[in-house]
Amino acid sequence: MAYPNEAAPVLPDRHGGALRLDASKCVEGCADCVAVCPTEAITRPAGKRAALDLGRCVFCAACVEVCPSGAITQTGNHRMAARRREDLVLGEAGREEARLAKALDAKMRKLLGRALRLRQVSAGGCGACEADTNVLGTIGWDLSRFGIQFVASPRHADGLLITGPVSAAMELALRKTYEAVPAPKIVIAVGACAIAGGPYVGHPEVKGGAGEVVPVDLYVPGCPPHPLTILDGLLRLLDRLE
Amino acid sequence: MSASTPFALLANATSIPWDEVPEWTGDEFVLATAAELARGARLCAWYGAPEQAGTRLVAVLAFDADNTLAVGRSVPLKGSYPALTATHPEAHLFEREVWEQHGLMPEGHPWLKPVRRTNGDAPAAGEFFRVEGSEVHEVAVGPVHAGIIEPGHFRFQCAGEEVVHLEIALGYQHRGVEEALAGGPRRATMSQMETVAGDSSIAHATAYATIMEALAGTEAPLRAQWLRAVALELERLANHTGDMGALANDVAFLPTSAACGKIRGDFLNLTAAICGNRFGRGLVRPGGCRHDVEPERAKRVMEGLAKALEDVEEALGWFWNAASVRERFENVGTVHAEQAAEIGMVGLAARACGLVRDVRYDHPAGWHRFAQIPVAVWPSGDVFARARVRALEIKRSGDYLREQVVTAPEGKMREVSAEPGMEMLAVALVEGWRGEVCHAAITDTAGRFRRYKIIDPSFRNWSGLALAMRGTAVSDFPICNKSFNLSYCGFDL
Repeated sequence: MAYPNEAAPVLPDRHGGALRLDASKCVEGCADCVAVCPTEAITRPAGKRAALDLGRCVFCAACVEVCPSGAITQTGNHRMAARRREDLVLGEAGREEARLAKALDAKMRKLLGRALRLRQVSAGGCGACEADTNVLGTIGWDLSRFGIQFVASPRHADGLLITGPVSAAMELALRKTYEAVPAPKIVIAVGACAIAGGPYVGHPEVKGGAGEVVPVDLYVPGCPPHPLTILDGLLRLLDRLE
Repeated sequence: MSASTPFALLANATSIPWDEVPEWTGDEFVLATAAELARGARLCAWYGAPEQAGTRLVAVLAFDADNTLAVGRSVPLKGSYPALTATHPEAHLFEREVWEQHGLMPEGHPWLKPVRRTNGDAPAAGEFFRVEGSEVHEVAVGPVHAGIIEPGHFRFQCAGEEVVHLEIALGYQHRGVEEALAGGPRRATMSQMETVAGDSSIAHATAYATIMEALAGTEAPLRAQWLRAVALELERLANHTGDMGALANDVAFLPTSAACGKIRGDFLNLTAAICGNRFGRGLVRPGGCRHDVEPERAKRVMEGLAKALEDVEEALGWFWNAASVRERFENVGTVHAEQAAEIGMVGLAARACGLVRDVRYDHPAGWHRFAQIPVAVWPSGDVFARARVRALEIKRSGDYLREQVVTAPEGKMREVSAEPGMEMLAVALVEGWRGEVCHAAITDTAGRFRRYKIIDPSFRNWSGLALAMRGTAVSDFPICNKSFNLSYCGFDL
């Protein structure tokens, strides 16, 4: 794969990519999108602008289908990983799209050098985010050419990549794994579950994402995110993309 | 099923009024169910449906040779009832689950312990069976594993290299799926169904959509039934191919491992070409499918399919032709047909023990009523057999898709879904890539779910992995585990 030196592979046409919300186009009093969203990613309190949280979104596009005014649209863009949780919330003027992740600071990048070793923890993940993280290691994507590798022990890792909403039974194991990673360390939350609880948001059996248990440095939206979206986030973090 | 049964009969993907399901007292219900199992019925589900007066036990039986399902129930029970497991071990996990979920004690259950330990303790916090002896040692693995996979805990009792006993403690992935379905469906329900087991989104989504249609007394348009069958085989191809690569990796046969990792993605991309999502999310909905496959798209999918099938056949050829691979797989992790039948194994792991069990053939619903796939069976019950059945199914799923894509029925993809009927029981079985996905719903007086039961094939087959490890070297656990490749979250729900 020539990416990232050449153009990125094209997403499937029906994938739709990141969503865009131009709340100025919303019809007065309309909340059709709010009613169809499975994960409560869209809110529109009375008299206020609509807000769409890409971190909660499972990209089913039900909102795009029902929107009468074209306020919510698909961009076809695979890039949507963000450093701050609030950067995934769309709707305010000038915030129609996700604010893409900036690189780690120079000191952290220097510490990491040319290698990033991650330990993966699935904490209530359904297996899809895990599978599309795993696929980055296959010959097509060849993640190791970027010096990024998944390791078996947290002691050998620079950080964690977490999937799942963090089930109650996994909370302790996740904390212990995090503590076992030598500092300084980074945490990457992959998928709607790990960012905000996904389809399980509000269940008493789960947390509302990894951020409730450990500090998160990178959020990668999707259900699951396309491998390209995950790779984009990782490279962005390491300042390997222009 | 030559003799008549006192249970109510129904076909897969249909419903019957809840009050037409025959009921027995607890003792009589266990005896009636045992009598059906003794004359060849298979237990698909045994679960509790709570009511004011107590918990009713519900049994879903399958008469595979007759393409018929049967259902029965007990009166509302409290306290205890005589365990079905005492005579029929295939009920062992079901009865532990009933006890854990509803507090109904199956008297005489040989080993009553939690299924998922949802009381706040970590699943590995309980007692484990221990083997004593100077040569015996214990190996504990998990919940966090070395690879990029889901969490679970394995406790091995070993005498030297040999595993005497493996106990599997799951529940780390419990997300409260069934709990949230009571009173549903809700807005999040469809997404939850698509993530019950993330690699089986099409199977579980199809089972759920079928339940909703059966409860409403409708069917999805034929074209949508066709597309669901196509997507189900693409899901099977992707997962089987990935598993063959993983098996190759675990015996250090790297060419097949590397190739299959890539080809798996090629199959996922075909699903994405149809619906946008590599795991098929957003495709299946009650009432039909959300996307159509126009001729140009079908052509593109067929071209991609032909290439991926050619590639996987070549990659598997390297593997089967290597004596070193065959030697590592043969006579390792064997489950005998009698054991598999006794514990109620399903799907490819059961077929690899010589059991002819395949919902697509035994209980055809949807498009499988019109177009079927020969059942792939291998008798030896070992890692080799589970690999062999996968390879056969890759071939047959490929052939099926080549035939079916060109004979697609015309028509609509989706109807407006009708409201579910009140006080009905519906059952839907779907042969996911691991095996039988069973969904059963009971509605209340408002047409909402009074109880929605989900049984992922992993629930039936984890015990098979534990049996496969008996007498096997602990160092062979990775290939045995990969040869089953069961879902943790599908079990934990």
